[in-house]
Amino acid sequence: MSAQAFTTLSGPAIPMAEDNIDTDIIFPARFLLLTNKAGLGKYAFHDRRYTADGAEVPDYVMNREGWREAPFIVAGANFGSGSSREQAVWAIHGAGVRCVIAPGFGEIFHANCQRNGILPITLPAEQMADVMAAAQAGTGFAVDLETQTLTMGNAAAPIHFDIAPGAKLALLNGWDETAVVLNQYGADITAFERAQRATQPWLYPEDTAA
Amino acid sequence: MTAQTLYEKLWNSHVVTQLGDGEALLYIDRHLVHEVSSPQAFVAMREAGRPLRRPGTHYAVVDHAVPTRSPRADGVRLGTIADAQAAAQIAELEANVAEFAVPYAQLDGPEQGIVHVIGPESGFTLPGTTIVCGDSHTTTHGAFGALAFGIGASEQGTVMAAQSLRQKPARTMRIHLTGTRHPFVFAKDIALAIIGQIGAHGAAGHAVEFTGEVIATMSMAERMTLCNMMIEAGSRVGLIAPDDTTFAYIKGRRLAPKGAQWDQAVAYWRSLASDPGATYDRTVTIDVSALAPQVSWGTTPDQTLPIDGVVPDPAQIADATAARQAEKAIAYMGLTAGQSLDSIAITHAFIGSCTNGRIEDLRAAAGIAYGRKVASGVRAIVVPGSAATRDLAEAEGLDKIFVEAGFEWRLAGCSMCVAMNDDRLAPGERCASTSNRNFEGRQGPGGRTHLMSPAMAAASAISGHIADVRKFLA
Repeated sequence: MSAQAFTTLSGPAIPMAEDNIDTDIIFPARFLLLTNKAGLGKYAFHDRRYTADGAEVPDYVMNREGWREAPFIVAGANFGSGSSREQAVWAIHGAGVRCVIAPGFGEIFHANCQRNGILPITLPAEQMADVMAAAQAGTGFAVDLETQTLTMGNAAAPIHFDIAPGAKLALLNGWDETAVVLNQYGADITAFERAQRATQPWLYPEDTAA
Repeated sequence: MTAQTLYEKLWNSHVVTQLGDGEALLYIDRHLVHEVSSPQAFVAMREAGRPLRRPGTHYAVVDHAVPTRSPRADGVRLGTIADAQAAAQIAELEANVAEFAVPYAQLDGPEQGIVHVIGPESGFTLPGTTIVCGDSHTTTHGAFGALAFGIGASEQGTVMAAQSLRQKPARTMRIHLTGTRHPFVFAKDIALAIIGQIGAHGAAGHAVEFTGEVIATMSMAERMTLCNMMIEAGSRVGLIAPDDTTFAYIKGRRLAPKGAQWDQAVAYWRSLASDPGATYDRTVTIDVSALAPQVSWGTTPDQTLPIDGVVPDPAQIADATAARQAEKAIAYMGLTAGQSLDSIAITHAFIGSCTNGRIEDLRAAAGIAYGRKVASGVRAIVVPGSAATRDLAEAEGLDKIFVEAGFEWRLAGCSMCVAMNDDRLAPGERCASTSNRNFEGRQGPGGRTHLMSPAMAAASAISGHIADVRKFLA
């Protein structure tokens, strides 16, 4: 599953000023019966975006002029908490989102973003207030992953954000993590297994299976 | 040598190589597979032409999408599933496990059940191992002293091909449980009380280890409930050091080590406990003596209170964000500030899930249901966590107790915890539930969930409203 490379991104940011937006809200469980990861954009935030008969909820932020198909989400604490479902990431990706900014994330969701070309940015609460206000005002956001900077509107001083070096490299290049692990560390994995097999043989049922 | 925590021992013993900047490539010993999160991982394997590195280290089952009823008298479900999407998803897993030679607990077989129930029951879950699954409640297996955590489908693809994952170590958090609890205060109540105290992301970034006298006397089922719920506090990892209770549970199970390897394994497992003097980044101590049974009132698991409490008044909450969240939750839940929790009328009761679908949970619920009747207007279902649990419950006569009391006795699966099968709430319906998430729509769009222990859910089913199970103490 090679991811898309992420370098720079600009556009409006959808404000979601709410803590604990979980992956059941992002992608309701009943749609998990779909087994294709493409085409899930219409299910992102489905039960908030659409009424029971399928009509758009007019005042829901993703349906409002200016934020429709916006590439950023600005959210409250613990965004993407709960279920591990990667469909939550595929869905927001399908809806056009490439960067989520929050004071904290569900850890599995955070890892899933990085596997799919979506940049999760964690900022301290004191910076989040301004970022949320800018999103609510419809200000244009711009992010540059190489320099690790986020600029809002015409602000002179961009905001610096942290990212793990390994994740940064993978996102910048759109690397397939599985290929990287196999190509770079295959010999290390084999050596690990040889040592573990000697000390914990019960973990190798394939050695004793009839 | 520096004193190490259980978490540090598990981490250090699985580092394939250090990657710099604090990251490591971590070896993954075991991978549990279910029908919902795995299809895209198998697609990735097929598209890249990659073989499964060690097929015998995976174990697959269908649990989320399966119905918990069968139109057939013999209870067979395969071939009877009305929902075409669910049937297709199950068929896709069956094709994938056949193609990649993954061991599989088939739908109508003796080991089918919820992935986090059958892992331990089969002996697949062992102390000292790393275990992953495309499921956030993989925290459950930490009860055995395994480093177990949920992952996404892309990461599953990496585990299938390379048996390893790039990871960054968590900070460590000790939750020390002291005191003696009321007989009707269960692991579920303790878990909810912890989450209520530290918050729905109170353990984010941390690996939690439970210690203390309360843990020493807990069954494996209760330990699993505690670890299972730690993802609801934001932690991917909940841990308990393996002890004689753990070894007694594992011994003789199908996939457990046998003969000389058993003795060798137990000797190793005994060395895993945190060393005296090991330090944690955080410690939280909770005295369980004063705890009442807990019930959630809102839409995040930290919106939880003792059963003798009332729905909070947002106007009385000082923190503006918390007040806004409370107001929103009260509106969604259709409650009124100041309302007594034990006055909230229910339409459904659900006893089951990877949190509370084990035999001990069913016994506790049956103890309350015995000789009583489900209130009129309440639909109550009991869903064993596995086929083996169901068989054992029937051997003990629990099914008869439930059925005589008016509960429905179902086949094993995730059922109403996840609302992607036939069992779900309609908008506005309200459920006393032993599951793990009270999120908006979790049990069905517009459905309302109150989390509690199996004994509390049974007491509520009988009362017709959320009830204090302590009043049922004979």
